[in-house]
Amino acid sequence: MSKDDKILKEFTSKEYEHGWSVDFDVDQAPKGLNEDIIKLISSKKEEPKWLLDWRLKAFEHFKKMSEPEWSNLNIPKIDYQDISYYSAPKKKKMLKSMDEVDPELIETFEKLGISLLEQKRLSGVAVDAVIDSVSIGTTFKDKLSELGIIFCSFSEAVKEYPELVKKHLGKVIPAKDNYFACLNSAVFSDGSFCYIPKGVRCPMELSTYFRINASNTGQFERTLIVADEGSYVSYLEGCTAPMRDENQLHAAVVEIHAEKDAEVKYSTVQNWYPGDKNGKGGIYNFVTKRGICNGSNSKISWTQVETGSAITWKYPSCILRGDNSVGEFYSVAVTNNYQQADTGTKMIHIGKNTKSKIISKGISAGHSHNSYRGHVNVLKRAKNSRNFSQCDSLLLGNKCGAHTFPYIDIENKSSMVEHEATTSKIGEDQIFYCLQRGIDEENAIALIVNGYAKEVLKQLPMEFSVEAQKLLSLTLEGSVG
Amino acid sequence: MLEIKNLHASIDDTKILKGLNLSVSAGEVHAIMGPNGSGKSTLASVIAGREDYDVTDGEINFGGSELSDLGPDERAREGIFLAFQYPVEIPGVSTTNFMKTAVNQVREANGEKPLDAVQFLKLMKEKMKLVNIKQELLSRSINEGFSGGEKKRNEIFQMAMLEPKLAILDETDSGLDIDALKIVSNGVNALKSNENATVVVTHYQRLLDYIVPDFVHVLMDGKIVKSGDKNLALELEEKGYDWIKVKN
Repeated sequence: MSKDDKILKEFTSKEYEHGWSVDFDVDQAPKGLNEDIIKLISSKKEEPKWLLDWRLKAFEHFKKMSEPEWSNLNIPKIDYQDISYYSAPKKKKMLKSMDEVDPELIETFEKLGISLLEQKRLSGVAVDAVIDSVSIGTTFKDKLSELGIIFCSFSEAVKEYPELVKKHLGKVIPAKDNYFACLNSAVFSDGSFCYIPKGVRCPMELSTYFRINASNTGQFERTLIVADEGSYVSYLEGCTAPMRDENQLHAAVVEIHAEKDAEVKYSTVQNWYPGDKNGKGGIYNFVTKRGICNGSNSKISWTQVETGSAITWKYPSCILRGDNSVGEFYSVAVTNNYQQADTGTKMIHIGKNTKSKIISKGISAGHSHNSYRGHVNVLKRAKNSRNFSQCDSLLLGNKCGAHTFPYIDIENKSSMVEHEATTSKIGEDQIFYCLQRGIDEENAIALIVNGYAKEVLKQLPMEFSVEAQKLLSLTLEGSVG
Repeated sequence: MLEIKNLHASIDDTKILKGLNLSVSAGEVHAIMGPNGSGKSTLASVIAGREDYDVTDGEINFGGSELSDLGPDERAREGIFLAFQYPVEIPGVSTTNFMKTAVNQVREANGEKPLDAVQFLKLMKEKMKLVNIKQELLSRSINEGFSGGEKKRNEIFQMAMLEPKLAILDETDSGLDIDALKIVSNGVNALKSNENATVVVTHYQRLLDYIVPDFVHVLMDGKIVKSGDKNLALELEEKGYDWIKVKN
């Protein structure tokens, strides 16, 4: 077994075998997608009628839709009836604080390197953890609530802050937006909710960890972030899943609202199980992420490091509605073995003097395919807007593919759009230079790739940046030679 | 230390080295001189283990082990260092980070503990003085946007960090003005000891005014055709390579 397999195993399956699926009592819905299941999910979550109606309406529409076929992905047929749409570790009672969280669970998270307690103690990051479908516990709640910041599970938000949820849910990503978002709208189970009140600068990173645990389940989480006028928040999202032979579906939705002068930084390190060396198993990751810069001078910045999943379909986007608003997208997407990624962004310029920046670094190895797909759309009234896009692709080996699909529409004459793209192969000269200094090939590639992705990695908060660098090396180990 | 016997090497079926012999002992400085295309840089690359070259015959023995069984990284960890004629750029990777990875991997191979950040910085500070290199340069992406002189100083800095047994300087003088040449030479001289050896590959005698060789070898058409002491270099400078060609 190669080193990366070993480390991957350490990360995922080993703890899983000895850990929680034995100890946890899991509450799982029968397989299948129909109105009864949606009603079941809604009733499990003790949801109000308006939300159930919203779900059912989404489902009605979903039945009329078909899977998108425009991506540069080869997606095997998914049997939506063969998936369980709800799975939860059985809770004995409502959790009031982290101290009440099942110690087994905390231990498992610690093994995964996602220590809630440790993070709580050392870095002051507030964490919400979602396993399968249910949010397990949110740390630091008291401290945040002193500032009026709400950071809790989505289901809790529906109960405690229904008006806030009702006002923003589905406003950036309507239920009918696309096939997977529509599915999510019908069956989403949990996720995180975050509200930063006017003028408040969130003093710590807010973080959500998602994990798919049970087999044959899909995970459909929904995250909603609302940054009120003049507020600031940095939000982190991490994802892991155990190794499984069968493919599992993940279709999440993330919506962000940034009001006047508000700033939201959203960072993701996605490490869903990518499948084995022969392309067996792995997560299908179909995610819709979109933010709206609603007020003037607002800013939304997406940073993503995508190393996992068998298939990634994901375009974190910004609608720049407020004048002078700013949208940013920084992405590193790594594919190895038989992974496929089709990822990028949309920047929709509506307000005047709006600016957007796209930095995309694709790295392909093995037999994988990696596509950047981007759309920059400057509308007529978005006078004096600017976009800068840079899309670089790095190829390791000669069986992989890198593809770039930039779409640019500009409807006025005062705006400026720049697009730069490069494709390069990792240089033999560079590798030899490293080797000659005593660095072995694996480390040489890790060094070169991390250097290549540095512009994006440096956007990540410190703890995440270290994790991301490790992941990049891990994903590419054994990919050359 | 280094024993090369009847070395034949080619690239893409073009024969470049055609039966080269060379013996280098600890404490010695050897200069390899020769006209363009004589195989000087090939020799440096072959010793370092560059895979573009095929060794078709002969042997290279270093410190008792046969090098042909070792990859370039293993050779480096055995103590062979090549100062590149054209140092390579690696965007986003600082010299500091590059060296930290290298030094610790070499230490690990020798059964030593890796240096922590404090120890590493201390070592770096010490070695920086040797070649008069600034911290700011070491924090930048390695060799990216460096001047010719900065690149070569950076090579010697890396050599100082790694403390090799055998250092091969491939045309280290090319592209250097006289001040940079002095700095680089001083660095190389300061690193000399009874335990290590230096092979200087060069075109011109100029460098040898500063790094004084014990032996000078003339390489022509893939073979060493003449060896002598430092006076041979002076003679070559005066009479040109044709002098040797005619004699042959």
